[in-house]
Amino acid sequence: MADLIINPFSSGTRLRDMIRSIRACKTAAEERAVVRKECAAIRAAISENDHDYRHRNLAKLMFIHMLGYPTHFGQMECLKAIASAGFPEKRIGYLGLMLLLDERQEVLMLVTNSLKQDLNHSNQYIVGIALCALGNICSAEMARDLAPEVERLLQSRDPNIRKKAALCSVRIIKKVPDLAENFMSPAAVLLKEKHHGALISGVQLCTELCKVSEEALDYLRKKCTEGVVKVLKDVVNSPYQPEYDIAGITDPFLHIRLLRLLRVLGQGDADASDYMNDILAQVATKTETNKNAGNAILYECVETIMSIEDNSGLRVLAINILGRFLSNRDNNIRYVALNMLMRAIAVDAQAVQRHRATILECVKDTDASIRKRALELVYLLVNDSNVKSLTKELIDYLEVSDQDFKGDLSAKICSIVEKFSLEKIWYIDQMLKVLSEAGNFVKDDVWHALIVVISNASDLHGYTVRSLYRAFQTSGEQESLVRVTVWCIGEYGEMLVNNMGMLNKEEPITVTESDAVDVLETAMRRHTSDITTRAMTLIALLKLSSRFPSCSQRVNDIIVEHKGNFVLELQQRSIEFNKIIERHQNIRSTLLESMPVLDETTYNGRKAGSLATTVQASTGSSISLPNGDVKPTAVPLVDLLDLSSDDTPAPSSSGVDPLQDLLGVDLTSTPSVSGLEGSSKAPVDSLLDLLSIGTPSVQNDSSKLDILSASNRSTQSANSLDMLSSLSSSLATPVSAPASSAPMMDLLDGLSPIVPKTDTVTFTPPGLSETNGSVYPSITAFKSSSLKMEFSFSKQPGNPQTTLIHATFSNMSSNNYTNFIFQAAVPKFVQLHLDPASSNSLPANGKGSITQNFKVTNTQQGQKNLAMRVRIAYKVNNQDMLEQGQINNFPPGL
Amino acid sequence: MGIRFVLLVNKQGQTRLAQYYEHLSIDQRTALEGEIVRKCLVRTDQQCSFVEHRNYKVVYRRYASLFFLVGVDNEENELAILEFIHLLVETLDRYFGNVCELDIMIHLEKVHFIVEEMVVNGCIVETNKSNILMPIQLMEKAA
Repeated sequence: MADLIINPFSSGTRLRDMIRSIRACKTAAEERAVVRKECAAIRAAISENDHDYRHRNLAKLMFIHMLGYPTHFGQMECLKAIASAGFPEKRIGYLGLMLLLDERQEVLMLVTNSLKQDLNHSNQYIVGIALCALGNICSAEMARDLAPEVERLLQSRDPNIRKKAALCSVRIIKKVPDLAENFMSPAAVLLKEKHHGALISGVQLCTELCKVSEEALDYLRKKCTEGVVKVLKDVVNSPYQPEYDIAGITDPFLHIRLLRLLRVLGQGDADASDYMNDILAQVATKTETNKNAGNAILYECVETIMSIEDNSGLRVLAINILGRFLSNRDNNIRYVALNMLMRAIAVDAQAVQRHRATILECVKDTDASIRKRALELVYLLVNDSNVKSLTKELIDYLEVSDQDFKGDLSAKICSIVEKFSLEKIWYIDQMLKVLSEAGNFVKDDVWHALIVVISNASDLHGYTVRSLYRAFQTSGEQESLVRVTVWCIGEYGEMLVNNMGMLNKEEPITVTESDAVDVLETAMRRHTSDITTRAMTLIALLKLSSRFPSCSQRVNDIIVEHKGNFVLELQQRSIEFNKIIERHQNIRSTLLESMPVLDETTYNGRKAGSLATTVQASTGSSISLPNGDVKPTAVPLVDLLDLSSDDTPAPSSSGVDPLQDLLGVDLTSTPSVSGLEGSSKAPVDSLLDLLSIGTPSVQNDSSKLDILSASNRSTQSANSLDMLSSLSSSLATPVSAPASSAPMMDLLDGLSPIVPKTDTVTFTPPGLSETNGSVYPSITAFKSSSLKMEFSFSKQPGNPQTTLIHATFSNMSSNNYTNFIFQAAVPKFVQLHLDPASSNSLPANGKGSITQNFKVTNTQQGQKNLAMRVRIAYKVNNQDMLEQGQINNFPPGL
Repeated sequence: MGIRFVLLVNKQGQTRLAQYYEHLSIDQRTALEGEIVRKCLVRTDQQCSFVEHRNYKVVYRRYASLFFLVGVDNEENELAILEFIHLLVETLDRYFGNVCELDIMIHLEKVHFIVEEMVVNGCIVETNKSNILMPIQLMEKAA
């Protein structure tokens, strides 16, 4: 060993000494100092070309690397070590190469030649380490260069070489799937191996070949199914082999790999599946179940049975094994059982349902891993018949569950409740329970949806507001519960006080007007309330001021307190609301009427389309078309109205914007507005600013209110327009103040900030030819080296402007994509509605695809062609990737 | 490809061996190791040996003061990986004779050689202890 030689003239220390001094370090800073010193010594040794200590220096570098320090300067040293003649030098060189380098680095180009020489070396051990290194770090270029060598080594006489060559081939065909066909027949030969190592590697190579190439799958299925079954039979029935013994079972790893290969061969092929039935039945019944190794084999066997073509007898056997696993005391076994049942649900949902009670128990397990699995499984098990009992169980558990589990659990419950909402009262009840227990954990869209539902359930308004009032008394610390309560009291406060709309099962409660205001005051003063809650509370207070005249003064007092709030938004609101209460009695009741029913379909459509919205937010500026209508004042206004910035604020929108409604802005119900609307756009804008959460500064208020009251008293519009002109100068500056836009966005938080106008009325231009039934060719909309996107088109009968697009994405690279998100943006004259994608992960090599449907409506069909910008985000090996492009090749006439 | 990384960590959370079968930058590695170790160290013996983290499933087993953690993808057989960890420990035991943390630190490269003989490119290649140790012992004789 080189590091045992002590050279008194060398400044370098032994590895052992370095470790000792690193371990002696008490702080991270000391450790860094030691490492810095060592690195300096190693650099010096490298620059002096010190051969004697190369081995030791590389070993030290590995240790330093393991501690998480940069070691790039050692890379060339590895290459030198590899190029040297001695075996130990080469060995450590290759090890360093694998640890310190990776396939991304150009240095790898330099090593290809050394690898080639070593693969052809006469010494089997040198060939072995070269194969091992190649198997671990091979890049696509190296794969192409060195594939012939590896192919040759697959037929080497030494089984130790064959096994490594086989795994090296796995890497090569993954990097370059085109090379698969070269490896087909040598791989098939490997299945006849007697040497376990070579056999297990051969089996893995075959499995990978089947995954990357259809051709290889057909070939191996035809040629090897029988052979693999026979090998498995031999392994299962083989006598005791001590050298491969794992806890009394001979080579479970080989069992597992063989079963996995059978799974790939049997999937989608009835004949092959049929052929392996017997041996699978034998494995499933004969394997020992009291050892972990045996259970590992059974687990794999069950998965194979579930994946291959149907054989009811075997499936019953498999489900029974899982049932046994599920009741096992060992947590590991229960975990894999849950895992497996999730896949079994697709095959035999009924059989899984039988274990529902046990699975539900697992949701309450102390072990987080088991809980998580079980919860996901329960989610899949919910159907119309069991939703009530399951939801009740889950909500009951929510009360006692760990804090860190509440987020997951409440999200799942909410999604179950939304998916299966049987009747509104049940939905509202369940949601209130969830919010009372875990209101701090639910996402914004959950309570937004709840408000939309409440607003639509007109016969339940009274019941809901009373339930919320009660819930608030006990769970006032749950943020989203507070928000919903505040909103409902603002809207339906009088029902709370009068016990209006009592349901039979309800107990009457006595709430005075001042009790209701108490709730709002508490919410306002609660130190944990954030700006959204406070802003909602302010609006609710304002609304109550007109409904409860007796409390008007108190409300005003509370509002006035916030005149000096640090948050500009709240401060401004307080001042405005204060003015409304004090000076505009005559319009107050009209202004503060209850909101009309929120449009559920618009909201749901919006939720589904929210994917598209983010694109518009990011690319909005680049695709926005110059638009003469948009005045400077309109920019914040547009944000407010939840329309994308390249759209004109369109008060003509048919579906009432939920956000707009939520904030109490109702364009159509104020008669004065419609009068102004006709005459000019600007007053509408300023009116909107006033009523909602715009940004005009204080001094404008009175004059704007004048406009409003003036028009209300039906004075000539000329009068108000005059006032407007005096306004316009003062409006321009404060509105563009950037500081105010941030809190405003906060306030609107959740209801996606910018949305394409899916809800605008469209009109068909007269005289447009009917395009129903005509067929449009599919196009390749987007293609890069790593990704392909294809569109196919169809039309809805009777709606020529609307095109249904079916997009198919496929992954051309050799890496799997996860977190795949497709986003699209369209010009102003087009409306876009995206449905959710089929999946968010995309397997490599075009072996799967994601599909996504969307609907575009071209309002200028016949005059302008469709165009679209797309952005595709995904993760490769946990790294974010982004691709963008523009699609101009839509078939004309869409 | 089943195995994504093999980690050895002591009770204090210090990494003692790290072998990755996919590329991660140094920062990503230290972050990942820290997160996983924090998750695993707090678990009790009664809890199961599998922890899901990001897109990995971590199978871990504790031997005295050392944790053996193996990161796998979702397809892998978790129970088999548990057996693999045990096999690795037995192999190290046979080589070092009752292996301890210090052995692994001082003979870091040899432990790597052993792991290398057992796993190539994330796939298990050899499970026979004598076959695993032979090349290493031969090299020592030669040296």
